[in-house]
Amino acid sequence: MLGLLRQSFRQISRPWGTCQAAWRCSSSRAAPDVASDHAAASSFPPLQTYSEEESMMREAVKKYAQERIAPFVSKMDENSEMDEEVIKSLFEQGLMGIEIDPEYGGTGSTFFSSILVIEELAKVDPSVAVLCDIQNTLINTLFVQLGTPAQKEQYLSRLSTDMVGSFCLSEAESGSDAFALKTRAEKHKDYYIINGSKMWISNAEHAGVFLVMANVDPSAGYRGITCFIVDRDTEGLEICKKENKLGLRASSTCPLNFDNVKVPEKNILGKVGHGYKYAIGMLNEGRIGIAAQMVGLAQGCFDHTVPYTRQRVQFGKRIFDFQGMQHQIAHVATQIEAARLLTYNAARLKEAGRPFIKEACMAKYFTSEVATLTTSKCIEWMGGVGFTKDYPIEKYYRDCKIGTIYEGTTNVQLSTMAKFIDKEYDY
Amino acid sequence: MHSNRYCNRIIVLPFSVLLEIRVKPDNSGVVTDGVKHSMNPFCEIAVEEAVKLKEKKLIKEVVAVSCGPQQSQETIRTALAMGADRGIHVEVAGKDYETLGPLQVSKIMAALAKKEDAQLIILGKQAIDDDCNQTGQMTAALLDWPQGTFASEVSLDGDKVKVVREIDGGLETIKISTPAVLTADLRLNTPRYATLPNIMKAKKKKIANVKPADLGVDLTSRLEVLKVEEPPQRQAGVKVETVEDLVGKLKETGRI
Repeated sequence: MLGLLRQSFRQISRPWGTCQAAWRCSSSRAAPDVASDHAAASSFPPLQTYSEEESMMREAVKKYAQERIAPFVSKMDENSEMDEEVIKSLFEQGLMGIEIDPEYGGTGSTFFSSILVIEELAKVDPSVAVLCDIQNTLINTLFVQLGTPAQKEQYLSRLSTDMVGSFCLSEAESGSDAFALKTRAEKHKDYYIINGSKMWISNAEHAGVFLVMANVDPSAGYRGITCFIVDRDTEGLEICKKENKLGLRASSTCPLNFDNVKVPEKNILGKVGHGYKYAIGMLNEGRIGIAAQMVGLAQGCFDHTVPYTRQRVQFGKRIFDFQGMQHQIAHVATQIEAARLLTYNAARLKEAGRPFIKEACMAKYFTSEVATLTTSKCIEWMGGVGFTKDYPIEKYYRDCKIGTIYEGTTNVQLSTMAKFIDKEYDY
Repeated sequence: MHSNRYCNRIIVLPFSVLLEIRVKPDNSGVVTDGVKHSMNPFCEIAVEEAVKLKEKKLIKEVVAVSCGPQQSQETIRTALAMGADRGIHVEVAGKDYETLGPLQVSKIMAALAKKEDAQLIILGKQAIDDDCNQTGQMTAALLDWPQGTFASEVSLDGDKVKVVREIDGGLETIKISTPAVLTADLRLNTPRYATLPNIMKAKKKKIANVKPADLGVDLTSRLEVLKVEEPPQRQAGVKVETVEDLVGKLKETGRI
């Protein structure tokens, strides 16, 4: 009886909780978003409250992206090629090792800082943002959390200073059904022989190290999946021609072939047969990074479009002044704001060590939908010029589509959320 | 071989400027509330030069000083993230900040330079919001130090500084003794970005708080701003067909 009462109290209290949170968010607009430590210390600061270091980082990245990346964006998209200078400057700015400890040459900052960096980069070029996102939220995190001291010593300082990493899970026959992967790793004494192929591997063109998910024991199903560290120059590893994509063209996406690739036992990251766990764990966090990328993409596109609507005059007034336009613009602005708050909240939840998987799924799902809506609308608001390559809008439109597909399709996100929702009502 | 005991400490004075200028409705000044500030571009160049000198091991310490309200601390932090060693925030707020001009800042700098025993003061040549171009010169005069203004190249040589200055006629090279005041011009260097690791390191660097009264400086302004107005709206031009028309029009509007 008491148990039942306790359950029903929990049911009643939850709606109040969410109401309070919503109220907190809506009353935040008064102050600009530079925080003082006083604001952070006061109870329930708005979601857009940043530590001084987070604000400074965001400003620094904003400036850097405008000056050092923006000039290359169009060319990189057209040639489907990331400029080496851009990659080099990302390392120089400390953007590729944001959470890595300074003892390994990293920045020593937090997950939320990574999120802010990815958002700012995505405003300028979502392809550069995804390179930075994969490095920080997938590769670095895996090494930091699972690496032996020797592995950390060997790889972390390279990852923060000059080496790009790639995460290899998907195959031609296993995308959403990731654990049906077929790449095989056969054990011999103190090494493994890997055979198989991977597909849709981002950063592959420039990566110096590959984290490869291969199965050491197919009879054990997904419990045989193991994570291997494979260096680029390992014999038998072939990086094939990159895909010719609709969007995110500057980010290389390549198939990989493994032909009797010999990998020493010491190159196993974490434990044998635990690869599936690591993959899920990392993707939960990586999801928030993608959400940040989508928010940045939407905002960047929006920021390029609104000034045009304020300049363009038709029928004697700015097109911004037509009520139809104002309503659409305000609607999209609201969606972007909501997307951002979902993302920031998921990030803060993760940092606080609280459950965040459902919220991360929500963030990734919602932000990718918002990015699609925003870019589509922006082209319309720009009119004919929005449809030409002379303006940056059409690139954002092409870039956004992958958001609903990679790192967990929208359908996968929704199913995952539904599982959580189902459990919440268990009594 | 020259010893570096001659140049131990440089003070830089990064100023923050408004990013957006709007005249107040009562024409008494420019709107400052809630407007974003950012470090004056010439001051960024000054900070960069100081940090470069330190990297060349020609000087030991770079101190970044800023005068203004609480927000000035951000500007100092940016200077620290670029490589300055420590900061001094001279608190000037409210009415005093509105009337803070080059003369008052120069007095503060002069007092600080003596207190900190600095060998070099480097400033941006002018702030891009008020374009005064006076602080460097006034500071040098108050301290009775030599000055190298509009510097496009600076090199230290023992206890002397060689400065290449951009002047109307071209370039002028002078050699002055330290202690001295330098002001940075556009082509002196290209300021570095504050990298993320340096931003993290800057958190640990100290910023001391000082009041102008502690330095014995009187902030009363000798100037009173009578009016601030926007420049007249640019009028549309007129196209003419021939040179005769052009001359005619110019005569008509009383230009010739």
